[in-house]
Amino acid sequence: MAYGDTAIEAVDVRKRYRGKVALDGFDLTVEAGTVCGLLGPNGAGKTTAVRILTTLLRPDGGRVRVAGRDVLADPRAVRYRIGLVGQDTSVDEVLSGRQNLVLFGKLCHLPTAAARRRADELLERFELTGAADRSVAGYSGGMRRRLDLATSLILSPPVLFLDEPTTGLDPRTRIDVWACVKSLVGDGTTVLLTTQYLEEADQLADRIAVIDAGRVVAEGTPDELKAKVGPDRVETVTRKPTLDEVFLHLTGHRPTTEPS
Amino acid sequence: MTTATALRDTATLTGRVLRHWRRRPVSIALGLMFPVLMVLMFGYLFGGAMAVPDGRYLDFLIPGMLAMTMLFGLEALVVSITADTAKGVTDRVRAMPVTTGAVLASRSAADLLNAVVGLGVMVATGLLVGWTAQRGVLPALAALGLLVWLRFAFTWIGTYLGLLLKTPESAVAVQVLVWPVGFLSSAFVSPATMPDWLGLVATWNPLSATATAIRELFGNPAWHDGGWAARHSVALALLWPAVLTAVFLPLAVRQYRALGR
Repeated sequence: MAYGDTAIEAVDVRKRYRGKVALDGFDLTVEAGTVCGLLGPNGAGKTTAVRILTTLLRPDGGRVRVAGRDVLADPRAVRYRIGLVGQDTSVDEVLSGRQNLVLFGKLCHLPTAAARRRADELLERFELTGAADRSVAGYSGGMRRRLDLATSLILSPPVLFLDEPTTGLDPRTRIDVWACVKSLVGDGTTVLLTTQYLEEADQLADRIAVIDAGRVVAEGTPDELKAKVGPDRVETVTRKPTLDEVFLHLTGHRPTTEPS
Repeated sequence: MTTATALRDTATLTGRVLRHWRRRPVSIALGLMFPVLMVLMFGYLFGGAMAVPDGRYLDFLIPGMLAMTMLFGLEALVVSITADTAKGVTDRVRAMPVTTGAVLASRSAADLLNAVVGLGVMVATGLLVGWTAQRGVLPALAALGLLVWLRFAFTWIGTYLGLLLKTPESAVAVQVLVWPVGFLSSAFVSPATMPDWLGLVATWNPLSATATAIRELFGNPAWHDGGWAARHSVALALLWPAVLTAVFLPLAVRQYRALGR
């Protein structure tokens, strides 16, 4: 996918989930090779949006294209082109790290030998070689997260979804994950990440979409969003509003900062 | 998506379950030993009080326990599927280019392999306590085939329940319910010894059909009332699993697809 192409395009997506309106006219466009931060409080619809974009949930209405393919018409093609890191680690706890990577490699239809080679590469890259043959049940939180990321990168997908990738992680591991995301972007991967941490969005995202009550209420670069609030809202003209204040201004309430 | 890819996916996912066994030998061994313990308990603790009209209680019990063993696999399957959902593995697989068919078929295939190992252990236990198949190899193989056929139907009930229940905690309900279903059959005693209405339920229990059919094929004591269900047990042992599969296989597929709604 060339730079300037659209990697993610959602138009007027609607979804009722468990009797509640989860997405209510959700629109989002993410250019290829950029990082988009989807920022919003618990219950705003972040996870529902990610689940629809990654083919896990069917929308009630709207159009969704990811990596140039229609999510509804051709989910299989989308699945070959995306990686998903969910809120909780989603690897097989009984198997070893290496067995996980080979298993999921084969399920991505790599030949067995290629799946093994790819597993070795990823174990090395994510500093898991030493623990490669131990059961994941004995891994630390950070190791699980790295394995989770590695598993999502088996096919070097052009589009990667990270749903609250650092929620509940210790600061050191959080910085590790951030470094990994930055290096992926350097390789040209498009990243959509959801977060409740404003600092995280500010650190990683080229553009931020603020989601509230199932729709995007504001979208732009972190600086643009800060500018939208306007300096008249603060005591001195020289002080720029914080993202917290941007959020309050746009949604009418403070963001939740405790881990979900 | 070719058939070859679907088959390879099925083999890959079945292999995953087999690797779980290798990493958890103790829980597998306990699962296999449980029906053996039940044979010893029922055969030697209660067996003295059981009067089977046409033979030894142990020879009546072993085919019943073989059928019971097919039922006891159900809860492990349900727990394992709910654990995958709870741990996010189900969603990871769903976000990958794997067919629904391969995900579900691998569950059934792995569980059938488990059942075959379980049957092997139970047949060996039976032979050790003096039980034998009296009518030769072919009827005995047919009996084992009927047992695997019953388990095949149960794998679809288990897959459906596993997808329906979602959490490993609620799977405990299945563990509890397996008991009345198992005991309300001809596995341990003749339904003729039960109060009329219970006896009726036990007679028509799919487990009883298979237990009675394999007693006939093994040439073991039958201890039944000679009613229609008992006389047509082999036909019922073929039919019941077919009906259960026809109901629960589509339900399992529907429930898997419903994860996306």
